[in-house]
Amino acid sequence: MANFFLDNKDLQYHLSHPLMQRIIELKERNFADAAHYDYAPHNVEDALDSYRRVLEIVGEVSGEVIAANAESVDHEGPRVVNDHVEYASGTVRNIEALIEAGLSGMTLPRRFDGLNMPVTCFAMANEMVSRGDTGFENIWGLQDCAETINEFATEEIKAKYLPRVSAGETCAMDLTEPDAGSDLGAVMLKATWDEEAGVWRLNGCKRFITNGDGDISLVLARTEEGTKDARGLSMLIYDKRDGGVKVRRIENKLGIKGSPTCELVFNNAPAVLVGDRKMGLIKYVMSLMNAARLGIAAQSTGLCEAAYREALKYAAEREQFGKSIDKFAAVAEMLKNMEAKTLASRAMLYETARFVDIYKQLAHIQQERGLTAEERQEMKFYNRLADGFTPLAKMFSSEFANEVAYDSIQVHGGSGYMKDYACERLFRDARILNIYEGTTQLQVVAAINHVTKGTYLEQIMRYEELAHNEATRAMGEKLVALRELFVKATERVEALDKECVGYKELHSRRLVEIAGYIILSHILLRQANEVEDYVAPAKIFLKYASKKVAEAYTAISESETSDVELYK
Amino acid sequence: MKKVTKIVVMAKQVPDTRNVGKDAMTPEGTVNRAALAAIFNPEDLNALEMALQMKDRMEGAQVYVLTMGPQRAADVIREAMWRGADGGYLLSGKEFAGSDTLATSYALSCALRKIEPDIVVAGRQAIDGDTAQVGPQVAQKLDLPQVTYAEELIDICDTEITIKRRLERGSEVVVSPLPAVITVNASAKECRPRNAKRVMKYKYALATSELAVATEDRKAFIEERPYLHIIEFAAADVNPDPEQLGLSGSPTKVKKIENVVFQAKEAKKLTADDKDIESLMQELIASHTLG
Repeated sequence: MANFFLDNKDLQYHLSHPLMQRIIELKERNFADAAHYDYAPHNVEDALDSYRRVLEIVGEVSGEVIAANAESVDHEGPRVVNDHVEYASGTVRNIEALIEAGLSGMTLPRRFDGLNMPVTCFAMANEMVSRGDTGFENIWGLQDCAETINEFATEEIKAKYLPRVSAGETCAMDLTEPDAGSDLGAVMLKATWDEEAGVWRLNGCKRFITNGDGDISLVLARTEEGTKDARGLSMLIYDKRDGGVKVRRIENKLGIKGSPTCELVFNNAPAVLVGDRKMGLIKYVMSLMNAARLGIAAQSTGLCEAAYREALKYAAEREQFGKSIDKFAAVAEMLKNMEAKTLASRAMLYETARFVDIYKQLAHIQQERGLTAEERQEMKFYNRLADGFTPLAKMFSSEFANEVAYDSIQVHGGSGYMKDYACERLFRDARILNIYEGTTQLQVVAAINHVTKGTYLEQIMRYEELAHNEATRAMGEKLVALRELFVKATERVEALDKECVGYKELHSRRLVEIAGYIILSHILLRQANEVEDYVAPAKIFLKYASKKVAEAYTAISESETSDVELYK
Repeated sequence: MKKVTKIVVMAKQVPDTRNVGKDAMTPEGTVNRAALAAIFNPEDLNALEMALQMKDRMEGAQVYVLTMGPQRAADVIREAMWRGADGGYLLSGKEFAGSDTLATSYALSCALRKIEPDIVVAGRQAIDGDTAQVGPQVAQKLDLPQVTYAEELIDICDTEITIKRRLERGSEVVVSPLPAVITVNASAKECRPRNAKRVMKYKYALATSELAVATEDRKAFIEERPYLHIIEFAAADVNPDPEQLGLSGSPTKVKKIENVVFQAKEAKKLTADDKDIESLMQELIASHTLG
């Protein structure tokens, strides 16, 4: 009986983080729901116990159902039948199991039939589902769209759509178009007000839409005729029950084959507005994307776990030269690095998720009552950290997922190149992770501001204040040295950028990576301070991190302003 | 016409004999229960699913689990509640200890007389005893029709039930009047998973004897929420003939238990001549493998 929660001590460790207490307090508001809902918790301990039990269910469904269907879903894939998506049969079974298990609307308030669980727990669920089948995680994880509806839509719209999400209807976010990918400001899908029917009408097409035939879709469309930029875009809800959207085709992809990536044609499709006009991209998509990026970080971490475990298992079973191959240093080192990257990816994911939870809950509370000065301070503090950490989490975990999947095949040797082992599917599935929801290059664009504004440096200094023990002290000292390199590199880049425009842009990925490796190492070090089992992986990760920091630092210190021209 | 309102699933908590490690048996040759996890008997889970499907189709019907065993067997009832059952009955007491299938089916039938179900559903057999006798014996004692080897619920109404049975060389569809006893095969639909809200709602459910030793806070909590109280029957509650319970009601006598250890021995090469074949035959007869 595979259970992806019970077999993963590291995941369970993150549920016990001290900040969970504060998150639960904010999420449960004096446990008032207990008087109205028989499944609501009565205190912090009760809530944590419920989270653990629900995650255990996710672990079982992921291990027993979703993982078991992954191979057939990869082979069968979805199809277009009569202008609509028909999922692979395994996908249908996965959705049924998750609905029976009542795992939809995980983060939604109870008044919308949700489970009212923190984003941190939802990320854990996403991670486990992705470990079972990375492509399927897209379909299930898109329930996240409901969070955006919950945050910005009117009470009437929430009451109409959110209970349906809680009942298991799937979502989609229809953003990209043939000429608007990373540059969403160029979206052209037209929304016109139909006075007679009292609805907006959508016309045009969307491309690369994950789960494009979902029941409830958030659509980015141009409501302001004659405009050409982001300020003319609004966010609308299209309800599949109303009709008006056809699936023209499903893309034939390298990986995540069970997840239908659709081209959609809107023909007078009715839609309702979410929030204010013209704020579609500027405000709502940004919120949606931040949540989606955290989702990809969870998806990536799940893939790391799957790929690492596949390699570990194979290396223990495969014998060459009279012993199992995990006894050879070259393979063992690869496995240890894969483990360290998986743990680091997870550590970053939940550190970020906790920051998001605190500030998002305070933002919700703010809609109900005024915040105290202290609470406002707290919200600002965690909002900034969440904004800074989200691109780092997405970037590092998705890059690690690719590296771990690559190494997983390497450990399998020739067999790994064949279709007989899961590692080849994981390798294909991993490839999209550092591309969609903003490529790694775009995460750098979001993250570099936090290098400049000092978000990362301030947080690194906070981590440096933590007490170490005998086993971890040397790592703490090493990280201080790395931070000094980070400061030097930043100063050099800032100075030379003043001399030559473009110098900072050229080196921004390197600066972000230096900051990221230091932060990831710090979080693992903190875990090592608490639990001895983390000491070895923290050491291994730090060795890897310091190598990467040195490489980036060297590249910056040897780079002159003339390089800006050289790489043009 | 009586409506179907009460469906009872007979379930058993069993040692997980599917994952047997090296310490699964004691040196004396009995099952080392401490080394094996106690689980919901797998075919009883299939039975629970079929009962829940009946409930899905019959408005107003409720599913209850009946289990006989020590206090910790209440785990089976909680597990069933998390998956969709409305409640359960724990039949517990030292009088029941040592029951074979005859005494077990007698005790269960006494409890069922009290519960008065409209349908009784059970797994075909438990993985610890593998007898497949309890379900049919209960039906016989209650003088109810029985449908064994059930694989699929085809149809149900207040007066009769239509079931597809799995047979050795195919399947057959039978219609039985209700009430009836149905025993369900492992080939039937797997049980639905635990449901998140149900787990949160029922996680603190306790049987009477568990409640007796719970903290005051927990007692007060459950008192306010009667759905968290798992009904517990002691022997006296189900009006049995004491002679037919437990060891005294169990004619089965175990003559001898042998601890069989499979060990890979050195390979032996035999030629096809009569002498080698004869010696192999003798060896197999001596080890009771043949004859």
